[in-house]
Parts: sequence; C-alpha cells; structure tokens
Amino acid sequence: MMSRAKLELAVGTFVAIGLIALLFLAMKVSTVSSFSGGDGYEISANFENIGGLKVRAPVMMAGVRIGEVSDISLDGDTFEARVAFVLARQYKLPIDTSAAIFTSGLLGEQYISLEAGGDDANLKSGDVIKLSQSAMVLEQVLGQFLFSKAAGDE
Amino acid sequence: MEQFAQNHTQDTPSDLLVKMENVSFSHGSRVILDGIDIEIPRGKVTTIMGPSGTGKTTALRLITGQLMPNAGTVLVDGQNVPELARQPLFELRKRMGMMFQTGALFSDLSVFENVAFPLREHTDLPESMIRDIVVMKLQAVGLRGARQLMPSELSGGMSRRVALARTIALDPMMIMYDEPFTGQDPITVGVIMQLIRKLNDSLGLTSIIVSHDVAEVSRISDRLYIIDGGKVEASGSPQTLEESKSEWVQQFLNGRPDGPAKFHYPAKDYAEDLFTL
Amino acid sequence: MNGFLSAISGLGRKVISSIERMGRGQIFLFHTIMSTGVIFKEFSLLVKQMHSVGVLSIQIIAVSGLTVGMVLSLQGYNTLVDFGAEQSLGQMVALSLVREMGPVLTALLFAGRAGSALTAEIGLMKVTEQLPAMEIMAVDPYRKIIAPRFYAGLISMPLLAAIFSAIGVLGGYLVGVELLGVDSGAFWSQMQSKVGFYEDIVNGVIKSIVFGLVVTWIAVYEGHDAAPTTEGVSRATTRTVVNSAFAVLGLDFILTALMFGGA
Repeated sequence: MMSRAKLELAVGTFVAIGLIALLFLAMKVSTVSSFSGGDGYEISANFENIGGLKVRAPVMMAGVRIGEVSDISLDGDTFEARVAFVLARQYKLPIDTSAAIFTSGLLGEQYISLEAGGDDANLKSGDVIKLSQSAMVLEQVLGQFLFSKAAGDE
Repeated sequence: MEQFAQNHTQDTPSDLLVKMENVSFSHGSRVILDGIDIEIPRGKVTTIMGPSGTGKTTALRLITGQLMPNAGTVLVDGQNVPELARQPLFELRKRMGMMFQTGALFSDLSVFENVAFPLREHTDLPESMIRDIVVMKLQAVGLRGARQLMPSELSGGMSRRVALARTIALDPMMIMYDEPFTGQDPITVGVIMQLIRKLNDSLGLTSIIVSHDVAEVSRISDRLYIIDGGKVEASGSPQTLEESKSEWVQQFLNGRPDGPAKFHYPAKDYAEDLFTL
Repeated sequence: MNGFLSAISGLGRKVISSIERMGRGQIFLFHTIMSTGVIFKEFSLLVKQMHSVGVLSIQIIAVSGLTVGMVLSLQGYNTLVDFGAEQSLGQMVALSLVREMGPVLTALLFAGRAGSALTAEIGLMKVTEQLPAMEIMAVDPYRKIIAPRFYAGLISMPLLAAIFSAIGVLGGYLVGVELLGVDSGAFWSQMQSKVGFYEDIVNGVIKSIVFGLVVTWIAVYEGHDAAPTTEGVSRATTRTVVNSAFAVLGLDFILTALMFGGA
C-alpha cells in the first residue's frame, strides 16, 4: 500500500508526462500552421495544370520554405487552376515574382517554387502572381520525347 | 452515544423480527424454496440448517432483498422487503448486518479501515469518534491489537472476527451469519460460537445463522429450522428436535450416513451390473 | 438431420445470449455514468485507480513504443531507399505512429495489461463476496468500485497513446538518423510539413479516447458480470482481452474510414 502522497505524486507525474508527450507531438512532430492566422498574407496564382499539387504543399523560394498552399480551386472563367497560398509575413516579394510547380526528387511531392523578379513594388495580401509555369505532367513529357524522337529518326 | 440506542428495541420475546410467509423461489426451472414459513423471533439466535444447496443462503438473500421471491411475503421489522423501493431498502439494509462465509473483507483496506468503512460511509462522525468506535468493536471480538494488519495477513478465523467487528460497527438490529463455522479449526469455531452468543445477548441483537454444523449450532441456538427439498422438515428448540420422532431428522442431527436420505445413488442391481457385459 | 437442426438452434441460442449480454452491458454503462458524481466527491478513488491503471502501464507502453518506432524506422528505410525517398523516413514513421500504431497498439496493450487486471480484480471481489458485502452495507459498488476504474481507464488511454507515439518517433529518430544516416534536418522538417495537427494528431487522440472508453467499459463490465468462481473469473479475463481486440480493430477501421477515408 503506497502512501497517499506518493500515489498522488506518481499519478501527477504520469499525467504530466502524457501532456508533455502530446505537446511534443503537437509542436515538434506536426505544424500547427504557423503561416496561417495573423502571421501570414495570402497570394494566389493561376496555373494551366497543377499536376499533383496538394493543399498544405510547401511554398519555397531559393530552397527556403516560406509558406504553404492553402486552397486549390478552378477558375470558372479561364478554366485554369487557381492556387492560393499563405506566405510568412516577414518575406516581401516583388510583384513580378514568378511561380512554378516543381517536384522534389524524382517521384516526390510537388511544391511551388517562387523566383523573385526585379520590380521595386511588393506583393500585397490578395495579389495575383502573373507569371506562372505549370507542373510537368509525365505523360506530356513522354509524349513530347517520343514525338521528337520519332521526328529525329526521319 | 444516543444515536445508536434507537436501534435497540425493547420488545417482548414473542415479537418477530422476520416473518417469511409462504415464500417460493425458483432459479430457472429448479424450485429452491416451495411455500416455506420461517419466523425469526427478536433477540434470539435462530439457525437454519439443511443439506447443502437446499436454499439456506437463498433465504438470507431474500431477507436482505438481494433476491426477489416468486411468491409470498418477507416481512422484516414490519416491512415487506420485496415491495420496498431503492431508498427504503437501503435504509433497512443499514440496520442489517451480514457475515459472509469468506469474511469478505475489502482486500485493499487494513483491518482498521475495514471496520471503519460503514461508519465513514453512513455517518458524519468526526475521525476521533470513528477511531474510538472501531477500537471498541475490535475489542469486542478480541482483535484490538491487530488493527494495522492487512486482510491478507490474517488467518481465516481472524478475518471472520474482523468481519464480525465490521458488521456490528453500526449497531444493527440483526446479524445474519452465512456458514460461519465451515472449514475452521475447533478453537476458532469455539471463539466464533461464543462471540455470536455473547454479542446477541449483550447488544440485544437478533441472530440468524445458516449452517450445517449441527453440534456447534445446537449449543448456542434458541430455535432451529431444518430445510430440505424447499420445505421446512422440522422446527423448534434444539431440545424438541433431539426428541423428534422423524427418522430423517434423527439421521440429519446425528450425522448417520444412511437412513431416509440414502447412501447409494439410485442404480440398478449390483450383481446385474457386474456380470453383464 | 437432427444434428443439423440442433446446430442451428445452438447458434440461435448463442446469438440470443450475445444480444442479452450486450443489453446488460448497456445497462451497466448507464449505471456507471449515472455514478459519475462520485469522481468529484471522492477524487482520491480516481487517483488511486489512475495509478494502478495508468502509471503501472507506462513501462510496457514506453518500451513497446520505443521498439515499434525503431522497427518502423528500420523497415521503412528498407522500402523507401528503393525509391530514393529515404529522406521521407521521418514523416512515414510519424504518420504511422500518430494515426494508427499509437492508438491501436496502445489500446491492445492496455487491454492486455490493465484491462485484464481490472476484470480480474472486480471478478475476484465477486468471488470473495466483497461486492455483495458492500451492497448489503448499503454502499453502491458502482460509485465506489466501478466508476473510478472506468474513468481512470478513459483518461489514461489517450495519455498513454500520446506517450507511445512520442517515444516511437524518438525511437524512429534514433534508428533513422543515428543508425541509418538519414539527414537529421530532413527527418524533422519532412515530418513537420506532412503531419497536420488537426488532421493527424487530434484524430489520433480522438481514436485513443474512443478506444479507452470501449476497452475500459469491456474490462469493467466483464469483471462485474463474471461468474463468482475461479473459472468464471479466468474466462472473464480472456473475454476482456478478446472482445477488446475485436472492438478496437473494428472501431479502428470505422474511424479511419471516417477520418482519413475522404482524403
């Protein structure tokens, strides 16, 4: 029979450890999106084809992660994909920044890569990026390859 | 301590504390009790005896309201138990005490805590008073010095005595003993017997014992019931039963292996059995 | 023909008795929940049970979490390396643990260790007549015995599952980064980018709460419903472990389909 005090200490420690574990999981293992809410501003871009891009995919510039994709929808007028993403507030980008969809590794997930332009004026919340490059779709690339191969053989 | 005095009734010896009238109880298709009548007089020690499995414990359970009879009334202190709602039944149970065959002490509480349990649960007495009452009850059963032990450290006899102390903690009006002598050494049997009689008389209790230890029980009982086949085979004072003309009663009381209750289980002829293939 | 008929009627009997048991189980749960008030009045009862159910389970949960995390990492690496995707090891280990392994394995281990102990304890109280003694003393066993154990299990389970997953991730780190040479930065950053708080962590916690409720309910019920003999208690403990396993795995499928199926 453990004394009352030791019992309560043990249970208290147990609960504390459990909560710490939960905290660890919340903080180090996942992202409680630090880009959403007050910390970020929203930008969007249109693409002909987004390939395998998913919501919460990273937005990188020069290999540094500065935001994530928050919404993907279809623009009813232009029939292009409209991708909205949130950027960390501390990064100011010129309005002629271009956005491209790249794949990480050979078969990895797809992400948005931003390349800065030279303009003095910066993008504000709600702006749309004009220059965009669609994702490389494997079938199209293969098709082009085979087509040029066939042309080359003649 | 006046608040417990109210449980001590000052009634004439002919008053009945428990009256079971025409009670029947079946478990599935098996009839256990068949229209029996049992009367437990106040202030006396009554024993219910009978061969194993004949419904002695069932009778106790009917009195506490743990089981419902199929027919008949079970009057305890004037109230019909099967008809009681939850709250009145609880109140009635607080005035009853039951000692189980195994003692049934709470294994994770010490001896002291076990006896204090009903006091803590049902009264608002301050800790100092509880301590005094527990010590007194343990003294009555001779285990005052054992109060810090755990149930696992007690012998069979000792744990039954602690259970008894726990049962009298709230000064009940009656105590039921379910096979209190079974499997105990002669000294412990003697101790428990003496305790049952002494407590009954000194505390003005009514005691109901269920047992089949004929010799022990005859010495301390005022009244005996012998039940078999769901019916009362005999009843009366130990003296009356000893002089009974019924062969069955004589076989039971004297522990004879053969008589109206046969030794051999019904089977065909012995010679036939041996010599047929 | 007769044998066939009796087999069918035997099946019918079993089904009816199963439904009866489930009905009793519901009534039991109802009584338990009605006794919830005691948790606040006699908090120490809950604390004591949380110790015996939760604290004493930490050892096996922690060790299992560590080994499972390490094995996941090892096996995962072997598979991912074929695709050149071994840098994604972190997210693979984390997602497996948080979404599935954590809640499910913790629940199964809990059922085996704490669940069966609860069943045996309550069943034993039945055998030694402690429960009837309590009833006769006009004390409600639901309040003193059942409810504290029920809530102790319910609260302990999510905590244990979190500990399992957290230690598992650390185990995965140890093997993946220290042993197999996956890049430490990649391990954590890939993980953080792919494991969502609401989608994965919270869903995992919800799963473990549901499992905790079901497993503890089964454990406490089987103990309370056991036949008051030694054989009865042993059969009840077996039933606790088996029924808990079925329930956890079945519920896991349903919950996973609900939570992760759409994606």
